[in-house]
Amino acid sequence: MAERYQTIVCGAGPAGLAAAIAAAAAGARIALLDAQPHAGGQIWRPSVRYRLPARARGMLARALNNGRIEFRPGTRVVAAGDGEMLVESATGGARLRYESLVIATGARELYLPFRGWTLPGVTGAGGLQALAKQGWPIAGKRVVVAGTGPLLLAAAATLRRHGARVLAVIEQAAPVAIRRFLTAVPGWPRHALEALALRARLGSVPYRCGEYVAAAHGTIALEAAEVHGREGPYRIECDHLAVGYGLVPNIELALLLGCRVDAARSAVRVVTDDSMSTSVPGVFAAGEVRGVAGCAAALIEGEIAGYAAAGAARPVARLARRRARARRFAALIEGCFALDERVRHLADTDTILCRCEDVPLGAVQGHPDARSAKLATRCGMGACQGRVCGAALAEILGFAPDRARIPLFPVALSSLVDPFTADTAEPPP
Amino acid sequence: MSGVVRAEIDGRAIEVPAGASVAAAVARVTAVFRSSVSGTPRGPLCGMGVCFECRVTIDGVPDRRACMELVRDGMRVRTRG
Repeated sequence: MAERYQTIVCGAGPAGLAAAIAAAAAGARIALLDAQPHAGGQIWRPSVRYRLPARARGMLARALNNGRIEFRPGTRVVAAGDGEMLVESATGGARLRYESLVIATGARELYLPFRGWTLPGVTGAGGLQALAKQGWPIAGKRVVVAGTGPLLLAAAATLRRHGARVLAVIEQAAPVAIRRFLTAVPGWPRHALEALALRARLGSVPYRCGEYVAAAHGTIALEAAEVHGREGPYRIECDHLAVGYGLVPNIELALLLGCRVDAARSAVRVVTDDSMSTSVPGVFAAGEVRGVAGCAAALIEGEIAGYAAAGAARPVARLARRRARARRFAALIEGCFALDERVRHLADTDTILCRCEDVPLGAVQGHPDARSAKLATRCGMGACQGRVCGAALAEILGFAPDRARIPLFPVALSSLVDPFTADTAEPPP
Repeated sequence: MSGVVRAEIDGRAIEVPAGASVAAAVARVTAVFRSSVSGTPRGPLCGMGVCFECRVTIDGVPDRRACMELVRDGMRVRTRG
């Protein structure tokens, strides 16, 4: 027996929260799903030590105290199609039916493999930020933050606030690109203020542009980072190396449903019209899944998608201009923090590429695409289902993304069987 | 959030703030969460449920992502480090 909703919103970050609130205002009964144990997405992940910003608390309260919105935390979408999805949570599997669906699944970090990147202690930049917010013992630890983009500064500031000794922020973009970014930022006063606040919170932490981490060293766990500096290589002894090369949209659910996407290397995004409608009728997409553009764009697009999914007359014109402006800022970031070709080629042939199946880069080279590499080497066949190595392969070898397959996440057999077995299904309300 | 919760990691009693993830609790005991298919040590990479590198056994259930679950009082966690 399936549970029925007018609209299901997948992802409870800024886009999903805004979509659920808008759809509820239009009168729909909504399920808001998130794989995490809490709402807020990555940007509004709760900290065990600090309160969220007022805007985040406001959005969360509006969504979670709304009688029309049923929040289902800790819920993974396993399969979907034809107005129905199979989900799994701590209580097992369940079938949910929807008339419209909003995909607000956000983004994950892009990781580019380098020697030693599988050592414990090497994490994503946003990854270590997320771990620290949820109580990871970071106080007093020596941390190097590296990769690219403004997210590195945000991660470093959060880590410092939680007591980490941030030794350096290593930014691969050249100083000239960073200067171009800083010259343009005042055109977006809100972002300019954020940047100034971040700079103040980072104090004397060196921001080294035009440099990158070439290798991590250690035996059982990380001991040091090897940096390709502008004046030659150098080592930094550290407990944590937090490396992220920007974000990759989480498009697996959209791919499974057959939504049209377009791809430029790892930057695969769901294509929509101005009302956030995808190529599949009744399926909408909002936020990072349409191409990484940050919180402001996600909130606006979520609101548009929510009204559209509920079939309401929508204030598209009012929101369109703000949305275009937010997307222009994303384009500025993308241009200024474009990847130096050298950081795509840090892995040796024997560097592990697929961490689930321990497949080295050399085993995958020579294959024409991700699918043939997978069939021959098991690359991308493990528990993460290619979410980490797939994006890396798109950057390193230019492979197009493999198609999504079910289950979207590893799932207990009982969760697949029970929802379809009549005698275990609950009677309809 | 306020208060603390208590759990056991590989037989060692630990205390973490309420709202802490299992990953945060494990990190108080070991950097190594699991062994890869070829036996190399691994710990969390993504911190957000994507990479599956932080898999541990929670209350007898294997392959739980430590970054996706909050510590509950009395929880027993085993790593494969």
